[in-house]
Amino acid sequence: MKESNKKAGLSVRSVVATGIGAAVFFILMKYIAIPTGVPNTNVNVAEGWLALIAGLFGPVVGFLVGIIGHTLTDATYGAPWWSWVLADGVFGLLLGFSKRFLDLEGGDLSTKKLVQFNVWQVIANVIAWLLVAPIGDILIYKQPANKVFLQGITATIVNVLSVAIIGSILLIAYVKSRPKKNSLRSE
Amino acid sequence: MDNSLFGYKARETWINHTTGTAKLVGFLALTTIGMISYDTRFLVALTILSFALIKMAHIEYQEYALLLRLVLFIGLINLVMITVLAPQYGVQLYGTKHILFGSGWFTITTEQLFYEANLLLKYLFSFPLAIVLLFTTNPSEFAAGLNKIGVPYKVAYAVAITLRYIPDVQSDYRTISLAQQARGYEISKKSNLMKRMKGIVQIILPLVFSSLNRIDTISQAMELRRFGRYNKRSWYQEQSFSKSDVGMILAALFIVMIGVLLFVTNGGRMWNPFK
Repeated sequence: MKESNKKAGLSVRSVVATGIGAAVFFILMKYIAIPTGVPNTNVNVAEGWLALIAGLFGPVVGFLVGIIGHTLTDATYGAPWWSWVLADGVFGLLLGFSKRFLDLEGGDLSTKKLVQFNVWQVIANVIAWLLVAPIGDILIYKQPANKVFLQGITATIVNVLSVAIIGSILLIAYVKSRPKKNSLRSE
Repeated sequence: MDNSLFGYKARETWINHTTGTAKLVGFLALTTIGMISYDTRFLVALTILSFALIKMAHIEYQEYALLLRLVLFIGLINLVMITVLAPQYGVQLYGTKHILFGSGWFTITTEQLFYEANLLLKYLFSFPLAIVLLFTTNPSEFAAGLNKIGVPYKVAYAVAITLRYIPDVQSDYRTISLAQQARGYEISKKSNLMKRMKGIVQIILPLVFSSLNRIDTISQAMELRRFGRYNKRSWYQEQSFSKSDVGMILAALFIVMIGVLLFVTNGGRMWNPFK
């Protein structure tokens, strides 16, 4: 174990987490999406999964899962829409920073941590969908600003709700399944 | 592996025989230049070329008809949205105003229609390229191709794991979904949003935990086999470059160069026929 920690690059666990994370992300995007009525914008359960996987494995895995998962999903519909692919990557990256304060492996999730997580996910959503995605659309695809910002606002609201509900449920369920720290006592 | 998900089939065409690396490079080069360029002549040529490629790859219309309709539908919705929200955007982009009909906010101008036609071409041109790439490349070859064009092999391997496990996760998902529906959780359009959300949570919880277990199992197996020991790795599906591969990459680069030359002659990304 020690030897593998010294080596540069991703750990084996991160590589696998990225691969499986993106596979699950893909399946969730493809099969469980509730349309909102605004084009290209769905209630994505996948973003809740991305929140959990990024919270568990950190920013690099979060970034890669967002990029790979979104690219593959778009690829099955035709061609990747790069500005939104990048936005999903940024979203995963930012959520990955919650790994430090969440400390999910420790098996303890206080209300304070949940609130912290939700505040952070709102910030991450705003940066990803209200800044990166629309600005990418304007710069790369030269789309009119008010159209892409309408899509961006819808995506932000929908994803904030999705992560607040699905993401929080997943975090709570995960922590419940873990043994608590100091749960063993010597007799 | 279930290759049908991305539509891969072994076909006897030259496109099938070129390596995944060459096709990946070609795809990325052409989609990037087509994404940046707003030169209508260039986009039309690119669209014709990509539909010619789909023909050359012997992909039948029925195989991609549904997807094509979906892409056109999404493109048209986007165009309608732009017409409603920013009907004067074309005027702003091209700097001239030729009124066709209407007045006030909804004045329809030639510039607007021209801009939207360009946008539709942009939605359309990359579609056949993506179809050709996905339908003629063995998914396992992607990882080798990605690694060859400079993506770190650990990331390329993660993509390989994703492609390998999508069918497994999919069958997990189906099993769980059927089991939970049998227990009375409704996720179809028939029930209201709240009930659907509840049903969805009941499906994704087992899916999440089985997937997390999978991560543990696979990473332990890979650890035992010393994955990541060396800075390089070889790929089972890797193929050596032949003449057609080099030809494909050169052709793609040539097209990119034409696109870049057009930026210079047009003095920017837009081609303006109104001046």
